[in-house]
Amino acid sequence: MKHFLLRVLATLLFLAVPVLGVWTFVKADDWGLWFPPIASSYGASIDFLFYVILWMVTVTFIGTEMLLVWFVFRYSKKDATRATYTHGNHTLEMVWTAIPALLLIFVAFSQMKAWTTVKINFPTDGPYTVEKPLMEVYASQFDWRVRYPDPQGDFAGADVIEVPYDITVPANTKVVFRLKSRDVLHSFFVPVFRLKQDAVPGMEIPMWFEATTPGDYDLICAELCGWGHYKMAGKIHVLPRDEFERWLADQRASLYATD
Amino acid sequence: MSTHAHTATHPAKPLGIDPPGTVHATHDHHELGFIRKYVFSTDHKVIGLQFLFTGLLMLLFGGLMAMAIRWQLAYPWTEMPVLGRLLFPETGGVTTPEGYTMLFTMHGTLMIFFVIIPLLTGTFGNFLIPLMIGAPDMAFPRLNMMGYWFWWPGIACILLSFGAEGGGPAAGWTSYPPLSTIEAAAPGSQWGQNLWLLSLTFVGVSSMMGAINYVTTIVKMRAPGMTFFRMPLSVWALMVAALLQLFALPVLTAATFMQLFDRVFDAGFFTPTGVIINGTSPETLGNAAGGHPLLWQHLFWFYSHPAVYILVVPAMGFVSDILAVHARKPIFGYKPMVYSIAGIAGLGFIVWGHHMFMSGMNPAVGLVFMTATIMIALPSAVKVFNWLGTLWGARIHLTSAMLFALAFVSMFIIGGLSGIWMASTPVDIYIHDTYIIVAHFHYVVFAGSMMAIFAAIYHWFPKMFGRLMNETLGKIHFVGTFITLNGVFYMMHQLGLAGLMRRTADPYAYETYAHLQPINQFISWCAFALLAWQVFFVVNFFGSMFFGKRAGRNPWNACSVEWESPSPPGHGNFDKQLAVHHGPYEYGVPDASRDFVAQTQRAPGLHAHA
Repeated sequence: MKHFLLRVLATLLFLAVPVLGVWTFVKADDWGLWFPPIASSYGASIDFLFYVILWMVTVTFIGTEMLLVWFVFRYSKKDATRATYTHGNHTLEMVWTAIPALLLIFVAFSQMKAWTTVKINFPTDGPYTVEKPLMEVYASQFDWRVRYPDPQGDFAGADVIEVPYDITVPANTKVVFRLKSRDVLHSFFVPVFRLKQDAVPGMEIPMWFEATTPGDYDLICAELCGWGHYKMAGKIHVLPRDEFERWLADQRASLYATD
Repeated sequence: MSTHAHTATHPAKPLGIDPPGTVHATHDHHELGFIRKYVFSTDHKVIGLQFLFTGLLMLLFGGLMAMAIRWQLAYPWTEMPVLGRLLFPETGGVTTPEGYTMLFTMHGTLMIFFVIIPLLTGTFGNFLIPLMIGAPDMAFPRLNMMGYWFWWPGIACILLSFGAEGGGPAAGWTSYPPLSTIEAAAPGSQWGQNLWLLSLTFVGVSSMMGAINYVTTIVKMRAPGMTFFRMPLSVWALMVAALLQLFALPVLTAATFMQLFDRVFDAGFFTPTGVIINGTSPETLGNAAGGHPLLWQHLFWFYSHPAVYILVVPAMGFVSDILAVHARKPIFGYKPMVYSIAGIAGLGFIVWGHHMFMSGMNPAVGLVFMTATIMIALPSAVKVFNWLGTLWGARIHLTSAMLFALAFVSMFIIGGLSGIWMASTPVDIYIHDTYIIVAHFHYVVFAGSMMAIFAAIYHWFPKMFGRLMNETLGKIHFVGTFITLNGVFYMMHQLGLAGLMRRTADPYAYETYAHLQPINQFISWCAFALLAWQVFFVVNFFGSMFFGKRAGRNPWNACSVEWESPSPPGHGNFDKQLAVHHGPYEYGVPDASRDFVAQTQRAPGLHAHA
């Protein structure tokens, strides 16, 4: 009896892993523990790849965990006979090596396009390009700063607009910009854009996004940058294209007004 | 227990260094004083136990750091009970922002370099290797002793760094420059960081001495008949982990020295030109420049990714052995198990770049690292399938050791599968440095390796101390640990998907994270319960050492050679001539008189391993 209770307890504990494990993933969205909304053109392709892998690992997870649960229950019976005497099976080894290998190669190749889109192939058809970016984002302990070049595209000129914390960009436009750091490592993370990139002192790293929905979004520092790392918050303001142009013109006007 | 007659008449094979498996060592034994026997001992078993006790003490320190982190995440900027006044006396027990960065830096450093690596390789590498291959001791006993004692300056440095001016190191266990190299960048980047670097250097030297010993011992000192493919998987795993250390550690040592030179002599390996901190350029403060921060990341991860496998590969070996013994069944696919360990280790050297997908490294290189990283899931999957194959048709004894070993398999599946997301470069853009990463490596290292360490302690305790641990307390320990650890780590996956960043002292200031506090409170209370529950282990561990049931030589009816020695084994380990006739997993043998055939037992017609 005592032995039977132990078997049941062990089985239930190991059964709880796949059951609660899957259940929490199903319920996570209701609890607000799921992805924030998407507000960039390529965000959906990143989430899609997450879901492809999610389905693969869920099937594997349930399959392997349930086998474990079943074996723990079935083969822990008090039994005077001996275990099945086998040292393995060559065919099985081949099967469970080859099938995962093919699946994993498929996974690897299916990732490449999204990565290339976000990090390698920068837009060349929009108003902004790597050579002629909309802005420079500067990170330093513990704030973000954005600089818009003068009308000629010069970041060194006198008419450069510099704004702390708040980064204003146009919607539905391919925004190309440079990321820099003044001191230590930081990381530019906008969850709704599905975009992250470390800022490295000594490097100018090109980045791009196309915001699809106007609104105000959190910009979060995602690389430890010192004691104030937790409060290195910024905001991204996405304005409709025409409003953005007006905003930029106002900034220029006020620049001359204060001079 | 040890009465099976073996008719070994093998002449001693000339294996060099020391004739292995010989009896003479026991007779050479003369009484040593207390100091030579228990403090500066050259006996691999004593050194193993020294690593065990020290490692468990450091586990307590690292665990307390974790509790302090969890308090801050549950109730930010409030007075921390019990620990608060010790850690932050100047604020009356409230965590400070720089104190928080110090806490997670120390938690990671302690757990990796002072707990998991020393417990896996220092403790069980030392204790098991000579016993499992039938050798009287390590190849280099004095070097072995030195390996343990070189660990202590490392411990001294890391503990002293708490009291350093400006506070303990606070640049994360990864210590990325320039935060770690420029004093003005962080309070912890003063003497605390120097001590951190010195500490890691000592720990590295200590590990190196151990690794040289393990490989030499395994290659040169196996008992007659103990071919490579008759070694238990624990020995294979420990040898592969030692090889990883041999090849990777020199790079870490070089890197820590470079960072030390940057800090002390302004060498400028990692500090770029033009940095301005607090309005002052470090160049004007005398710091050399012209270096590159990414160089450190490459060097650090070239060591630390293989180190991640050092943190889990030995655990896989122990679990394989424990599963076979307590399931009374041969390990399924012995050779695939060996090859997959080698595969994990080999691929482990070409995947370090996956820590740097977001670092500014050429993104095209990221694709290469991604492919290598995704492929490492293959040997890991093969291992899981073979463990399941071992359980199929078994006669499982649900001992405490077996329950923890089964927990390793169940938890490693989670930690392994979540790794595929991290390997995918596009998905990593979003999840990099979020809590899903924290969940992933705690499932591998805590829920995986730490459970394997518990399993190994319950399993080999009788050999270490000659007494069995209490099974009832062991099962209570298992149930509570298994439930609470999942309470702590499982929901971190979802926190990560919600975008929560690691290393953030007070996330709730962000709109994105404001609603995540209740779930963090739940996690924290599970963590406090997890730590409290370990009292069952502590009581059992020390109680059984003195009052446990006497074990005899082979309490689990296991096949491998360590169970031929007395419990605990005396100096020189074996009191009889050993000869090995077959592999270590002959359980459930159909026509044998008992359900197992020990490795030293001659059994013609037995399925032969190579």
